Amino acid sequence: MKPSSDAYWRQTKRLTLTLLVLWIVLTFVMNWFAREFNDFTFLDFPLGFYMDAQGLLLIYLAIIWYYNRRMRQLDAKYGIEDK
Amino acid sequence: MFGSLTKLQRYYLYYTASFLAFIGALAVLEQHGMPPRWIGYAFLFFTISMYAVIGIMSRTSDVSEYYVAGRSVPAFFNGMATGADWMSAASFIGLAGTLYLSGHQGLAYVIGWTGGFVLVALLLAPYLRRFGEYTIPDFLGARYGGNAIRLVAVAAAILASFVYVVAQIYGVGVITSRFVSLQFEIGVFVGLAGILVCSFLGGMRAVTWTQVAQYVILIIAYITPVAILSYNVTGNPVPQLVYGKVLQEVGRLEERLFDTPAEIEVRKLYRERADLYAQKIMQLPHSLSHEREQLSQRINEMKNSDTQMKDIVALEKQRRDMPHDPEQAKARWESAMFSAVDRSKPPIHHAEAFPGDDAEQQLIQRINFLALIFCLTVGTAALPHVLTRYYTTPTVSQARDSVFWSLLFILLLYITAPAYAVFAKYEVLSHLVEIPIAKLPGWVAAWAKVGLVSIEDINADGILQIAELSMNPDVIVLATPEIAGMPYVVSGLVAAGGLAAALSTADGLLLTITTALSHDVYYRIVRPDASTQLRLVISKSLLLVVAVLAATVAAQKPGTILSMVAWAFSIAGSAFFPALVLGIFWNRATRAGALSGMLVGSLLSIYYILRVEFDSIPWLGISGFNMLPWFHVQSTSAGLFGVLAGFLTIVVVSLFTKPDPQASSFLQGIRCSNKEGRA
Repeated sequence: MKPSSDAYWRQTKRLTLTLLVLWIVLTFVMNWFAREFNDFTFLDFPLGFYMDAQGLLLIYLAIIWYYNRRMRQLDAKYGIEDK
Repeated sequence: MFGSLTKLQRYYLYYTASFLAFIGALAVLEQHGMPPRWIGYAFLFFTISMYAVIGIMSRTSDVSEYYVAGRSVPAFFNGMATGADWMSAASFIGLAGTLYLSGHQGLAYVIGWTGGFVLVALLLAPYLRRFGEYTIPDFLGARYGGNAIRLVAVAAAILASFVYVVAQIYGVGVITSRFVSLQFEIGVFVGLAGILVCSFLGGMRAVTWTQVAQYVILIIAYITPVAILSYNVTGNPVPQLVYGKVLQEVGRLEERLFDTPAEIEVRKLYRERADLYAQKIMQLPHSLSHEREQLSQRINEMKNSDTQMKDIVALEKQRRDMPHDPEQAKARWESAMFSAVDRSKPPIHHAEAFPGDDAEQQLIQRINFLALIFCLTVGTAALPHVLTRYYTTPTVSQARDSVFWSLLFILLLYITAPAYAVFAKYEVLSHLVEIPIAKLPGWVAAWAKVGLVSIEDINADGILQIAELSMNPDVIVLATPEIAGMPYVVSGLVAAGGLAAALSTADGLLLTITTALSHDVYYRIVRPDASTQLRLVISKSLLLVVAVLAATVAAQKPGTILSMVAWAFSIAGSAFFPALVLGIFWNRATRAGALSGMLVGSLLSIYYILRVEFDSIPWLGISGFNMLPWFHVQSTSAGLFGVLAGFLTIVVVSLFTKPDPQASSFLQGIRCSNKEGRA
């Protein structure tokens, strides 16, 4: 294994793991407390309801967008072929 | 990305414009007296012939074109096609209704069906694309080696996809029979024709380009009615932004209406009815014969007096319709009892998370909410017909981008569905409840006629109480145009959208099944020396056979088809997800580990579903094996145990077997570089 592709894979793994943990925390830990979140109001919605109906979905989209951006940068940095 | 449009984007823009012009023309014709049935036919004919034109234009006899659209689908369009592939008849018609009935609890579907794409993006899509073959069994076969794992993967892919495709064709039958009044069975075969024109000649290439066209129709059809309804209610045509206010209003109506004396009385009456049924079931078979005797006695009394003949005939019909034997009586009375029990419960508040009378009830709801999210996300990231789509992009980075586009296009629908539910609930609570039954709006009677809405004045006060109204979830989307008083052309549009959703998903699934059989079983295992021409002939004939088989099953109207779709997620998730993810991220995972993990995971899910859901399987001679769910988890979330068991088994068995020497060069190939890295 070449050292450069080693580093590439290490950084990919770290990025994947970070975003995955973020995803798990938002999806499962935060939702455990949806009842409590509902005491707050956001844009006329109870917060817990809003997060589940819209907020989380937009965050999911942002996670994928950020991952793609970072991966493009890593691809360029390590000269990884794209075909 | 939007600056300069590519040629393809321009084509689809023209297509969208002509579809809008078509709707406009029909709207004008309706003003001039075109009957609704013709509008339905026009939509059916126009959309299916559009798909046929695209399907015929994309015909191909090239293997790579047929299986993965020549790997030339740009990210943007692959996202759109995945959107249509993903959103099934259940998403289009059923989801808003589920949200209407279960409030916050139903949002598990919204989160699960979108959150899964994060897993696809981070863990699967780029690696599958860099691997660059044709199917998911291909990937597992190459990573772990051997035909056994390929066969297990093929079996799981077919099991999950076939159930799913039957549900889509069933959905087509439902839509065509309601909107163009075709007979259900004929509708099913019209749907079959609609599917075959897309996939038969052009395989994945044709399916991709029709799915893009179908996405355009389904999203316009989904958003239009609720936007008009939103404009009518709030003055703002963007429902997603303003339904918070409407939700607050719903909350106020709930406070006012839920515990009026009339509501409490109605719920008490239903509880009494449920008790009565329970008693009758306990006293079987005596209660059945007793009831029949009583009925006969009354008929005889009436015959001896001078009662009108038609009353006697009615009673005799009632006697004929009685259950024939105690078995049947038990089944029928049980379902009547459960429906009465449902109605006797106080309704849930729409925005309340994890509703329940006490802390324990709330905990059960909370566990099930999260368990369902888990199963749906993992299932999403494991359904072969979605994953295969990421083989079709030109590059790895386009595969990543196309997951982004997929989620964006899918999100448009899932973000709208909760708004549908809230607006519908607002209409029901403000315009139906506490209204004299004789003065209810016309759409209630129209949908009651087809059996999707039922009203029973159990306390005989002539006024509708919440518990007296029961609605089939499908009615929310189907009836919204009428609820908002829109012209029939909007209803026709909704039907065309539902049809597009069902057909596009069915196309993708059917192709997955035939590819699994023709590519993975026939070409890879039975005859590796088969010529490409022969492989395509085999593919196309299998497609025909499987499609006809699925339509035949759908025409039988299998009752449990909708819950079976939920089970498909659990089965696919526990069979594929652990083996795929560990196969990509863990060098040490071995063939024996993956094989045992896939088997243990999927069999555990199936075992759990069977034991929680059924009490006996007559044709296997098993009975009385019903069990209480573990940790209160419903059978729809069986994958929670299946997936975890799958992961555990792969890890443990892999550590006990010899590492696979080829794994690391294979993984080097899919993680970092292209072909040169792969041995």
